[in-house]
Amino acid sequence: MIEAINDALDIMLSHDPTVIIMGEDVGYFGGVFRATAGLQEKHGKNRVFDTPISECGIIGAAVGMGAYGLRPVPEIQFADYIYPGMDQLISEAARLRYRSAGEFIAPLTVRSPFGGGIFGGQTHSQSPESLFTHVAGLKTVIPSTPYDAKGLLIAAIEDNDPVIFFEPKRIYNGPFNGYYDKPVEPWKNHKDSRVPEGYYSIPLGKARTVRKGDALTVLTYGTMVHVSEAVCREKGVDAEIIDLRTLVPLDIEAIEASVEKTGRCLIVHEATRTSGFGAELSALVTERCFYHLEAPVERVTGFDTPYPHSLEWAYFPGPIRIGEAIDKILEA
Amino acid sequence: MATRPSGTGQAGHNRPALSFHVPEPKYRPGDAVDFSDLKISEPGAQPRPDETCLAIETAPLANDLIRVLGDDNQAHGPWDPRLDPETLRAMLRNMALTRAFDERMYRGQRQGKTSFYMKCTGEEATSIAASMALAADDMVFPSYRQQGILIARGYPLVEMINQIYSNRGDKLKGRQLPIMYSSRAHSFFTISGNLATQTPQAVGWAMASAMRGDSRIAATWVGEGSTAEGDFHAACLFATVYNAPVILNVVNNQWAISSFSGFAGGERATFAARGVGYGIASLRVDGNDPLACYAAELWAANRARANAGPTLIEHFSYRAEGHSTSDDPSQYRSAQERAEWPLGDPIMRLKDHLIALGEWDDERQEKLDLESAEQVKAATKEAEKNGILGHGLHHPFHTMFEDVFEELPWHLEEQAAQAIREREIKWPQP
Ligand SMILES: Cc1ncc(C[n+]2csc(CCOP(=O)(O)OP(=O)(O)O)c2C)c(N)n1
Repeated sequence: MIEAINDALDIMLSHDPTVIIMGEDVGYFGGVFRATAGLQEKHGKNRVFDTPISECGIIGAAVGMGAYGLRPVPEIQFADYIYPGMDQLISEAARLRYRSAGEFIAPLTVRSPFGGGIFGGQTHSQSPESLFTHVAGLKTVIPSTPYDAKGLLIAAIEDNDPVIFFEPKRIYNGPFNGYYDKPVEPWKNHKDSRVPEGYYSIPLGKARTVRKGDALTVLTYGTMVHVSEAVCREKGVDAEIIDLRTLVPLDIEAIEASVEKTGRCLIVHEATRTSGFGAELSALVTERCFYHLEAPVERVTGFDTPYPHSLEWAYFPGPIRIGEAIDKILEA
Repeated sequence: MATRPSGTGQAGHNRPALSFHVPEPKYRPGDAVDFSDLKISEPGAQPRPDETCLAIETAPLANDLIRVLGDDNQAHGPWDPRLDPETLRAMLRNMALTRAFDERMYRGQRQGKTSFYMKCTGEEATSIAASMALAADDMVFPSYRQQGILIARGYPLVEMINQIYSNRGDKLKGRQLPIMYSSRAHSFFTISGNLATQTPQAVGWAMASAMRGDSRIAATWVGEGSTAEGDFHAACLFATVYNAPVILNVVNNQWAISSFSGFAGGERATFAARGVGYGIASLRVDGNDPLACYAAELWAANRARANAGPTLIEHFSYRAEGHSTSDDPSQYRSAQERAEWPLGDPIMRLKDHLIALGEWDDERQEKLDLESAEQVKAATKEAEKNGILGHGLHHPFHTMFEDVFEELPWHLEEQAAQAIREREIKWPQP
């Protein structure tokens, strides 16, 4: 997946002279996850450059660059460090179009690795997506495969609205199945790992049906797509798994169609539970599909604690938590 | 580990007790004011370094006060921009018009035509004179007290009033608080109510201009109180790191609502001196001296255009009026401050200078003031045809949902339908 992201950035830098990449360590070094490796060398320091450790400055400057007419793609090294730049995202980037009635826009794509499972402790593991989905004017995109990462990132960069692009870092190098103590297959053996060469994009706001099924609908995104899939496969549950891909705008049609068909819905995400995006999904499904539901909507999430370092696998919403929730839904 | 004495945390311990410092302004309501201890430099006495000098060479100027106009109403010294009388008169006209505009809009707010207004009385030079030294297409990232820039750039008064009234003529569709203008056509960035956020944005814009090999520069304005925000420090850092062609104007009008400049750190250092630590060329100017404001801005603009980097300018001024229509300054500061302010009034100083040059007289000034008032009055009448705040002549409800995103997503379309449905119940059409 990291190569697919690098490829998407490379293509957009070549394709559109207004695209620029900035962030801590992204230039010469190519980023701590190597997502921007080789890009400065290829496209020059005018297009790909390092920044001070100042998320407020990174996002604030990117807003100004966007207003100028560039398409900045700032990287925030870890999603946990996006908070010093939050005001610039929430009050500025998100509202520029609105408050200027379209005179100024902030077409930035903020890339940031998020989620746990790499022993990152409480400051390198958080999933803050619902802080952004709550803000009017921001789009939130989360890929789960290399193919999607490339196509969605290209679409995000081309989008004229500010986009938060969260990269599930646990699956940068392989589709994690939730078993932390078993080796993880690399992407190259995975069915969704084939990444076509060259330019293609995947429209924002369109979910992906990971597998079809009739027993229940699983709504999920990011790393949890793979964990959910592994659990359903192992349990032999005929689940329909929907990878939302973008939380805002949300593919409500795909959600409604699936839940109306299966009558049962499980929501899985890694972020903390209270006021998480699962709450929004649960409310939407209940409001819109109530008369099709045969069981209460269930949520599987991280716990309402910071991400603990030594106990991260106890925190992680893994196969046991998902399995129990599936049983509960199917028994209801 | 070395042993060290430990305190009991109680009074009476034999180590000296620490005391907590909370800044306090010199004068509160009722106090007699004495500004004689303010260090006010001699006009014309400040050296004018080359625009491409090393930033550090400006350090003495960050603690001095650049002044041009003297008590004799003549221009002095190397910072005299030597403007021709026509430009000086244009400057005076812009300043008089801004003051007339403020006066009328303030009254409009009192008459209930809008919710809020902010005057820039006494600070006109910091925006008008300064921005007149920029090119018309240099991008400005103002705060909320730089209406003078729009006026100097010829933005129609009617548009400004439409915005203040949030009426159906407001091209911002009634979404912004009054005075938070935007005009891309006038290279005037949309104003934010979140203080100091515009400063790193201006730097980013300037960086982009440099990246693209453009020739336009950026300038931003921020109040001295707002320099306390992290954004301002991020802006200084990015400006210096990337040698951005940007001017950071700090308008030190002494007060941030009821907090005096000491709460932004002004007790211990000048605001211009902030720039020195970042390696930014830094100037401190008499903000009530239009010629000094113009000259400093021009110096900084030339420096930026020469790829010599950013400049921070502190405009040392005084907020003659309240913070906004929502506050009463007599509750927290001495009423004498305004009258005693030793740097005078920028409009009067410019007027007296033009008179001293033989290029103006009191009669013409009277006429100008009258004309300005008439011009604003006519614009107000025109704007009122589009409605005033809360009188129903606003934009259609659907516009509330537009421009959140480039395209309307399903959830906003649904919410728009709801708002329109509710309208029929709340405000039935006859
Ligand atoms: C982030 C933020 N905090 C607080 C406020 C409320 N507020 C509005 S104006 C103001 C004072 C600003 O003072 P200063 O920067 O000196 O500018 P001045 O009004 O004196 O021109 C405050 C605290 C705000 N708008 N934004």
